[in-house]
Amino acid sequence: MIPLSHYLIVSAVLFSLGVAGVFLRRNLITILLSIEIMLNAVNLSFVAFGRHNGDVNGQIIVFFVMTVAAAEAAVGLALVIALFRHRESLNPDAFTSLKW
Amino acid sequence: MPETIAFYTFAGLAILASALVIGQRNPMYSVMLLIASFGALAGLYIGLDAPFAAVTQIIVYAGAIMVLFLFVVMLLNAAKEDGAEYDRTHPLRHPAVTRFGSLLALLLVAQLGWALTRASDFDTPVGGKSGSATVSSVREVGKVLFQRHAFAFEATSVLILVAMVGAVVLARKEEQPQ
Repeated sequence: MIPLSHYLIVSAVLFSLGVAGVFLRRNLITILLSIEIMLNAVNLSFVAFGRHNGDVNGQIIVFFVMTVAAAEAAVGLALVIALFRHRESLNPDAFTSLKW
Repeated sequence: MPETIAFYTFAGLAILASALVIGQRNPMYSVMLLIASFGALAGLYIGLDAPFAAVTQIIVYAGAIMVLFLFVVMLLNAAKEDGAEYDRTHPLRHPAVTRFGSLLALLLVAQLGWALTRASDFDTPVGGKSGSATVSSVREVGKVLFQRHAFAFEATSVLILVAMVGAVVLARKEEQPQ
């Protein structure tokens, strides 16, 4: 059997990779992908804790997180498309003005 | 020990694929690698006796959300990230600020490691606690989801609707005022 801590370590490593991606990358799509990595890392720890405590709620919150992730991806990608139409760039540094 | 081998294989695969997502300059490869990472996570969910979570992970995440990402990457014909665009005069790129941020990151890692080593029952095998039933059945998940969390479930449907309308409005081409 795998100890719970191993699942938590995997989750922590994945979350750190997501945070690093948000901070280091200069491409809006890669930044959104890094956010998805973070959401999945949290999902993994939810399922691991739910299994550890014999609680079905650990799995249920995963579905809610997935729903929120789907909504976030849809709105985020629409924003990326709208921004790209204005600036022809995906670099976040290109979007420094609130109005143009 | 097939489950131990499966755990380390899937965990290694998930971490490797996610690291490569961060390392890729071409967004198309990043999306493909993230799909691989989600597949490995679905394998981990099966090891945790959560088959429904595993299947939704593949169908919803890898099948729907990532396809949305792929469509946008292809639609925008996104070029590779350009290293020359890096703005070194930005105030947040000052070396002192960078060092402070690295210090904070190291502190966070130390804190996480400390918390993981100090916690009491983290080294007991997952699910090995007495009285923890296997909660794998979809019937059980559905019962709790549609009874105890019925309101949250309905609220997410409104959230999806709002997100859909918002995405359509945001991505619409603006008409030129005549």
